[in-house]
Amino acid sequence: MMNIDYSQFLSMIPEVTLVALLIIIFIADFATAQRVVLPNAESKAVSPRAWFNPLVCLLMTVHIVINIFPVTAATAFGNMYYTTPAIGVIKTILALGALIVLIQSREWLSRPDTQFKEGEFYMLLISTLLGMNMMVSANHFLLFFLGLEMASVPMACLVGLDKYRHNSAEAAAKFILTATFSSGVMLFGISFLYGAMGTLYFDDLAMKMQATPLTITGMVFFFSGLGFKLSLVPFHFWTADTYQGAPTTVTGYLSVVSKGAAAFALCAILMKVFAPMVEYWQYLLFIVIVLSITIANLFAIRQRDLKRFMAFSSISQAGYIVLALIGNSAMSFTALSFYVLIYVAANMAVFSVISSIEEHNNGVVDMEGYNGLYKTNPRLAFLMTLALFSLGGIPPFAGMFSKFFVFMAAVKGASISTTAGSLAYAVVFIALVNTVVSLYYYLLIVKAMYIKHNENPLPTFKSASSTKLALAICTAGILLFGVCSMVYEWIDSATMASL
Amino acid sequence: MNIPVECYLVLSTLLFFIGVFGFVTRRNLVAMLISVELVLNSVDLNFAVFNRLLFPGQLEGFFFTLFSIGVSAAETAVALAIIINVYRNYHSDQVNSIENMKF
Repeated sequence: MMNIDYSQFLSMIPEVTLVALLIIIFIADFATAQRVVLPNAESKAVSPRAWFNPLVCLLMTVHIVINIFPVTAATAFGNMYYTTPAIGVIKTILALGALIVLIQSREWLSRPDTQFKEGEFYMLLISTLLGMNMMVSANHFLLFFLGLEMASVPMACLVGLDKYRHNSAEAAAKFILTATFSSGVMLFGISFLYGAMGTLYFDDLAMKMQATPLTITGMVFFFSGLGFKLSLVPFHFWTADTYQGAPTTVTGYLSVVSKGAAAFALCAILMKVFAPMVEYWQYLLFIVIVLSITIANLFAIRQRDLKRFMAFSSISQAGYIVLALIGNSAMSFTALSFYVLIYVAANMAVFSVISSIEEHNNGVVDMEGYNGLYKTNPRLAFLMTLALFSLGGIPPFAGMFSKFFVFMAAVKGASISTTAGSLAYAVVFIALVNTVVSLYYYLLIVKAMYIKHNENPLPTFKSASSTKLALAICTAGILLFGVCSMVYEWIDSATMASL
Repeated sequence: MNIPVECYLVLSTLLFFIGVFGFVTRRNLVAMLISVELVLNSVDLNFAVFNRLLFPGQLEGFFFTLFSIGVSAAETAVALAIIINVYRNYHSDQVNSIENMKF
């Protein structure tokens, strides 16, 4: 018989600290709220609550520092919740991504038309992070579902935060409708699993799991539901519109942290619950990965809007993230975590630059606007180039190492003489060819910034110190995470300790 | 009188696919939301039926149904708020008219 008492909260410290954060921010926001400043009212450019953003960033840093030390494996609340060192690492990566988003959101949130929603933004963002933590720690489909919803419902509010702008409203409508629809599809799959096995605990399911038509149908429905969240290719139609319409800071969060959490959850569930059906989901992954990477790359080439461009780039990156899973070994988990960590650094750098340019130049986000950026803002152009090189996988930067580990994890243990093994090699080869395509379109931006001539390029501007800090963290990540092997070893040792 | 499990499952599968069909074909945001609710209701029915008829004596399926109803109510509330915001911006809730962004 299970016993449940308050002491079990001690094994879920990341969630407890996030809730504490949420309460502190709520009280701080509540106690110091000014009267509502209407968007077109004349007001000071400086936010009346200049201390608010640093406070939130500081609290988030405290949260990361408390939780960065590896936890021991534990379960709580009747085995519904479980944590291992690897899950601790994942939560740290997600919190790091959220911290960078919080730092770079300062410039956007000090505008007269956004500063009255500053508190809302922080609270919504932290509740999505809390949901993601629940999602990766779930050991029961009910808790997983609740975590997923907790991550996606506030996310819809974040997407629609710029509510007087048409695109933001449109993006939020598209996001919430696809999110509810996909969770409906996912639940339909889970109900089949329940019907076949009579339990929803991951451990019990893994023990009883057999490949029957019912469980395979359930698995496919479940996978397509989560595929929507990850925006893998047959389920990606909402991505471009939502990414383009959402406020740039939120787009960054959506493309990195939200996607990373969904990938971790998919990884944990496929390798744990559906482990006996590996030969079925492997083929599913082969198809989805090849489609995601290829189609997203082809669509990215023709985009002129930078946020839309990054949406397609993130679909293809999601394909690479999931590629690690087809190896189905402990290394898959390490490679996936490492890839997401690098992706956080590189993608957040790109979005910080986009957001900074958008703030200072009346919302310029199309690629023509970037022509000749090097002449006027050389440092920003250089950082953007580094980040794009990392995303494309050019050697000295971290992106190359993360791609390498993902490819290695994908063919780990695959033998070329079996059908599945040779297909795994084929998929990795296609992914490899696609890196060249992706390099082409990332270089299109670099070409626009450095080579294209422009009569009147964007004027020189100084970004806010908070944006500079975010960019510095991201750049340090791009340059160091790949070269310093201790980052990979940190993740790897945590994964090994969780087995 | 005993209704066999299959009847319930046929009903819930029908509901699910009516919901999917409605979601794909309807051009009105509120109608799309209603279709999604049909999908969620079919899931609730599935859980309740599996629990009642296949695994009597446990409560996992019923609990899942309860939670799923609560969560879908929250989702619907947020979705309706967003649709109202869309209506304020575009003066329409037709999908065809909210096409600012296209590739």
